[in-house]
Amino acid sequence: MSAIDYHALLPEIILATTVLVTLVVDLMTRKKYLVAITAMVGMFAAIVPVLTLTFCDSLEFCTATGADRVLFGGSYVVDAYALVFKGVFIFAAFIALLLSIGYLEMDRYYEGEYYFLLIASALGAVAMASSRDFVTMIVALELVSGPAFLLAGWRKGDPRSNEAALKFFITGVIALALLLFGVSLLYGLTGTQQFDQLAVASAGVAEMPLFTLGVIFVLLGFGFKVSAVPFHFWTPDTYEGAPPPVTAWLSVGSKGAGFVGLLSVTYLAFPEVSHIWGPVLWLVALLSMTVGNIVAIKQTNVMRLLGYSSIAQAGFMLAPFGAAAASNADNLDQAFSATVTYLVIYAVMNLGAFAVAIIIGSRVGSYELEDWAGLNRWAPGLAMALAVFFMSLAGIPPLAGWFAKFAMFQATIGVGNWWGYSIAIAAAINAVIALVYYSNVLKVAFMDPVPQGVDIEAFESAEVPGPIGFALGLTAFGVILLGVFPGLAANLGEFSAQVVASIGLG
Amino acid sequence: MDWFENGWGLSLIVFLPVVGALAVLAIPKAKESLVKWTALAFSLVTLALAIALAVQFDYSAADTYQFGTAMDTSWISAINAHFHIGVDGISLPMVLLAAFITVLVIIYSWNHWPEPHNPKLLLAFVLILATGMTGTFVALDLVLFFVFFEVVLLPMYFMIGIWGDRGITEVPVVRWKIEMRLYASLKFFVFTLFGSAFMLLGFLALYFRSEEMLGYRSFSMIELSEIGAAGAFTGTFAFLVFAGLFVGFAVKVPMWPFHTWLPDAHTAAPTIGSVILAAVLLKLGTYAFIRIAIPILPDQAVAWAPFIGVLAVIGIIYGSLACLAQTDVKRLIAYSSVGHMGFVMLGIATMTEIGINAAIIGMVAHGLITGLLFFIAGSMAHRYHTRDMGRLGGNMILMPKMGLLLGFAAMASLGLPSLAGFWGEFMSLMASFSPLEAIQATSLFRVLMVIGAIGTVLTAGYMLYMLRNVNFGEPSEEWADHEFEDVDSFEWLAWAPLVIGTIAIGIFPKIVFGATNDAVGGLLQKAFGG
Repeated sequence: MSAIDYHALLPEIILATTVLVTLVVDLMTRKKYLVAITAMVGMFAAIVPVLTLTFCDSLEFCTATGADRVLFGGSYVVDAYALVFKGVFIFAAFIALLLSIGYLEMDRYYEGEYYFLLIASALGAVAMASSRDFVTMIVALELVSGPAFLLAGWRKGDPRSNEAALKFFITGVIALALLLFGVSLLYGLTGTQQFDQLAVASAGVAEMPLFTLGVIFVLLGFGFKVSAVPFHFWTPDTYEGAPPPVTAWLSVGSKGAGFVGLLSVTYLAFPEVSHIWGPVLWLVALLSMTVGNIVAIKQTNVMRLLGYSSIAQAGFMLAPFGAAAASNADNLDQAFSATVTYLVIYAVMNLGAFAVAIIIGSRVGSYELEDWAGLNRWAPGLAMALAVFFMSLAGIPPLAGWFAKFAMFQATIGVGNWWGYSIAIAAAINAVIALVYYSNVLKVAFMDPVPQGVDIEAFESAEVPGPIGFALGLTAFGVILLGVFPGLAANLGEFSAQVVASIGLG
Repeated sequence: MDWFENGWGLSLIVFLPVVGALAVLAIPKAKESLVKWTALAFSLVTLALAIALAVQFDYSAADTYQFGTAMDTSWISAINAHFHIGVDGISLPMVLLAAFITVLVIIYSWNHWPEPHNPKLLLAFVLILATGMTGTFVALDLVLFFVFFEVVLLPMYFMIGIWGDRGITEVPVVRWKIEMRLYASLKFFVFTLFGSAFMLLGFLALYFRSEEMLGYRSFSMIELSEIGAAGAFTGTFAFLVFAGLFVGFAVKVPMWPFHTWLPDAHTAAPTIGSVILAAVLLKLGTYAFIRIAIPILPDQAVAWAPFIGVLAVIGIIYGSLACLAQTDVKRLIAYSSVGHMGFVMLGIATMTEIGINAAIIGMVAHGLITGLLFFIAGSMAHRYHTRDMGRLGGNMILMPKMGLLLGFAAMASLGLPSLAGFWGEFMSLMASFSPLEAIQATSLFRVLMVIGAIGTVLTAGYMLYMLRNVNFGEPSEEWADHEFEDVDSFEWLAWAPLVIGTIAIGIFPKIVFGATNDAVGGLLQKAFGG
């Protein structure tokens, strides 16, 4: 047993320490802002080792141990793919934290445990990126979800928040049960639950119906986590009822962790049996984007709209999986890269969309779209920010979202068979349907008159809370930067796709 | 002037307007005149650079790309997309047109603000549009082209939706009552995005297939044209790709039957929005046919030519007949665009040097003339507060200068010889007499020529119909006692260049052909050989 590589584990160690320190600080002081500051410092500190690990080759003090740092006998790997997502999750949690600080100031449900729970959930997501066996993965996944169940029900007095938490909890448990059942079938058949060994062992048992069943159950479990149709029904209710900063975290952190799990399982554990998961995910992608988009058109509440939008976006992210289905292995790394690129861009733009929605929603006191009418009259800056993020979600250049869709089209067309072409055409039609509801938000904000009886001056004079404003600025900068120089996101995609290329299939 | 030639000059022409837009947005709302002057300054500098470009342009090598960035200026290395721009004889007139129209639109806005009054936002959108338009005309990389092609959507959507016509309209089929501007803006946005989504799929298909001949994947229009001419794209693959590109470009042009967004968008848009749409945005589609569809997929272009020609002529006749049924002046001019773009597409469909030259001069002329028509229609609606031809009349008596300009623009639009509109129509009909031999549909094109010629008669018919209703006769009782301000100084400033341009190109078409002729020849030579 070799010594533990503490450098590789440093992000997790820092986050775990922060989790505990926030609890202690909350007990010791009445100045609640100190808790928030502690949490922020922890987040900042955690990003440092992610960077030093990424640029390890060019740093003097960093003792490189080969390309990938493999820990605990291959169960926990810190490679390019893991580092990209550690970075994304820490960024997402940082933004969610900024959103929470501003939001909690306006809310009466303040508790120090809020930060404790949020960072614990972030720790789970960060660990998820490195998990390379089923046990580690399920522990990480539950570390993401467990605190999120509590956070969703944070507004104790609000029945909708209770409903949000309960629905989220019950579906989460069902998903876990399905996942565990699938995993136990696979373990029974192959005698291993580590991904690289499963990839080898699966070839021998691929013909057995029970194995197919196991794979499908695992996919079902993740289907709930990424809120793909037909496992999506909890999403709009939870998104609407949960406190908005928590929803922001759910839509990026929790969903992203689900996607990372799905990526790891399909591409790392089951690359040899893509004929099983490919068609399933092809169908799920098609259903998600179509159902999500069509139902989103009728939404009148912005949080529900973002909920359905995130379902549709999940469909776009799943499209490359489906396209890679019946094709040869050489397209797998491209499909993988496209999904990673999409996730990175989605994280930035969706968090930004929530940031601006929270500012507007808390100023107006409502997330009903009709109450936002005439936004441009009293807050032109916020209206512009709204336009930037929603048009990015719709995929209009030069905002980052266009490249996410571009990468998705590229991967699906590049597969070069009808699995790919058909999903690409479906995605093209869906991109147009999505425009209808995204632009409807802008129509209300820019083109509709201010509702009668609204005191514009009170809205005009209200200030944007500093932390949320900072989060907004950061994400807006990110969306424009990634839109004009999308190579940055594409490189992250390619960087992490090394993991698929390196397992050397054939 | 090395910096100017090495791509910096052209890059400035493309990106200065967007910098101007940011500057305008940064100015406080209260300082309205500063907003206007900033916008004007940025557009004027851009125009000056564009003129410098035209002066320095080497007309003896018009079929090569000049002032461009190096082909390997990396932009998105992961997909081998480059920041590659350049102008040749085909794009030069379009770049100038876009720069000119931007300046004129800003001058016209000086005292014509559509409701709700928000000069800052409106001018910012105009400047962003300018970047999108010029960028599309100079992009030599398909991804870059796609991005610029899409950049224009959002500002135009907002322009129609915020400042557009607040009249109530009824959505066809479902019969919802909705404000004109909301319906038109969404329709414009959705139609165009629908087209460009399929265009993008086509681009990606070309990208992947290019590997077979090049050994690597490329989005470069130059490389793709080279291998396209060498026969890299054939069979069902090429057919499907052309279909994707066709949908994307035809919606933008717009060709019949994809045109239905156009009358709504033009009618609902504020005056300057209609002008930009008609004068420049429609040309993005026809330009793309010439720049992308023909050189990269020459065989498919030949195969599709009869089909495109037929649609074009249907557009001519349909547009003209629709004009005769209109009561709204702006809507009439909008439908006339469908007809005029039909002539442009007919010229392109012949795939001959004459035809494509006709298409380009037709594009420029349509930009000048229809731009002027929309300006005048907007100014008249501003004064009369109606566009209903049933209520107008006697304009020559009420506003003689305005009436004269309207008469001039209408004459130019119906293709009066010695004005710019003549050349495009005449030459595209002439080209239809003997289209490219490879098309093997000479007799079909001769039939199209005859029908198109009937279209020119109809064009004259509806323009005269409009003039009779608006200009001539006695003013109705409604207006008889009104005092109207005739053309004001800002209007003169904005319109005079269009009038001068229309006459100049009408008399010396060489202004345009001098740049385009060799470029078109070179393009066809490369695509079809011999």
